[in-house]
Amino acid sequence: MSGRIPNAETAREVRMCAARWAQRRQFWDWSAEDQAELDRWLAQSPSHHVAYMRVTTIWNRTERLTALRGAPAAEEANARRFGWHLLAGGVAAIALISIFGLAGYRYLELQKQTTWTTPVGGHEILTLGDGSKIELNTNTVFRISADQRTAWLDRGEAYFQIKHDSAHPFTVTAAGKRVVDVGTKFLVRYGTGDLEVALVEGRAKIEPAKAKSDARTAMLTPGDVALATGNSLSVVNVPVSRLTRELSWRNDLLIFDNATLADVAAELNRYNREQLVVDPDVAGMKIVASIPTNGIQAFKRVVRDFLGLRVEERGREIVISR
Amino acid sequence: MAEVRDPKRPTVDAIREGIIVPASELEAWFIREVLPLEADLMQFLRRSWQNKSELEDLCQEVYTRTYEAALQNIPKPARPFVFTIARNLIVDRVRREHVVPIEAVADLDELGIALDAPGPERTVMARDELRLLQAAIDRLPPRCREVVILGRIEGLTGRQIAARLGIAETTVSDHLTAGLYALADTLLGEDAGKRS
Repeated sequence: MSGRIPNAETAREVRMCAARWAQRRQFWDWSAEDQAELDRWLAQSPSHHVAYMRVTTIWNRTERLTALRGAPAAEEANARRFGWHLLAGGVAAIALISIFGLAGYRYLELQKQTTWTTPVGGHEILTLGDGSKIELNTNTVFRISADQRTAWLDRGEAYFQIKHDSAHPFTVTAAGKRVVDVGTKFLVRYGTGDLEVALVEGRAKIEPAKAKSDARTAMLTPGDVALATGNSLSVVNVPVSRLTRELSWRNDLLIFDNATLADVAAELNRYNREQLVVDPDVAGMKIVASIPTNGIQAFKRVVRDFLGLRVEERGREIVISR
Repeated sequence: MAEVRDPKRPTVDAIREGIIVPASELEAWFIREVLPLEADLMQFLRRSWQNKSELEDLCQEVYTRTYEAALQNIPKPARPFVFTIARNLIVDRVRREHVVPIEAVADLDELGIALDAPGPERTVMARDELRLLQAAIDRLPPRCREVVILGRIEGLTGRQIAARLGIAETTVSDHLTAGLYALADTLLGEDAGKRS
């Protein structure tokens, strides 16, 4: 990141460190030396101090939950009193622990898939237990298994930064294809029938989701972009710098280098309810632009004032013509 | 030449040397008045700053500046003070960045209005609080959640959790750390209740 970073540490680093101290103090043997070490860390910077106050405050807030400890019957009564649904999972599952025992609880957990959706223009970052990150782009439906190693992209686009675990490879299934990571950063986009997989770092395999299928399998290396339509699979290699541009949505920005007006409009339409319609007459015009994903108003101004085109609003459609 | 220090303007060094005692009063104020503003603060930052990956840094920086400033004098009320610091930080950054997203600048003046708006009165009922906590724990990844539940509700120590689940103590420690980190974000911050 640019600009001043306090103490050259990112907030995430400082806050993780604070969380580590807080749990160490709470759950593990704690000696005078440990306390002295913590005090030193706190004194290093007000940023440390602030982060530690923040995390311990929240931890103290969860103390209310300890009220749930005790006989199973009491827990059940509590759960009912507060109108909890067992299906809601989470803390409600505490009651289940005592009823079914831990094994039963874990079994239920494994059956569970979590679905995440983003609306048009939405952008969501998920962090998994092992630190892997998944970023969901606009208009996306994404599911992940309880063990967090199997995922499905039902619609939309997601960027994966996966911590590799050879014993439990991470797989993403979309459009009848499965992407198997071999320690990777990659992008999966599933739009109108086509599946696009772009590999930014590491290696990944793309294979048919059904074992018996005779569809192709391909091994991807950085810069590879695989395009799958039905049973066909083609792979091209592009400069990784171009991939970075394709990932600019992660900063809520769309970057176009010599793209046609038609392409720019199609891309912006993915992020906005208002839909751009480009007259075929001007669809081939090339532009260079950097547009915020929600910058449709700014885009309209630029098209009108700089390209000298006509911009007409017809209901939800914005028609661009000469 | 020795630097002359204005006693009213404490430096970080002064804090380190213990010249200014971080009074428990100051901490209590920070916890009571500043931390509950986090959801609004994050919303403000999100609207003012395009680069989402920097929001956490900005938030932490606002806290640090607020805390440093409050060492001299605890500002009352806290809300306009914190948001003024946030706005100044954004203005600083906008000036320094090469590429300025139009929206960031345009929003700053509008946001000025928000400074005097009353703070969110978080008179959360006990049951709402429990539901909030439930939702927050629910959002943790399954393994992490299991560890946090054993630690918090069953009251096990780290070692006992490791034995119960048959996993390494360092793994338990990692899950607890990740759990605490995530709970703070969920319970204070931007995405309280945003889950779909």
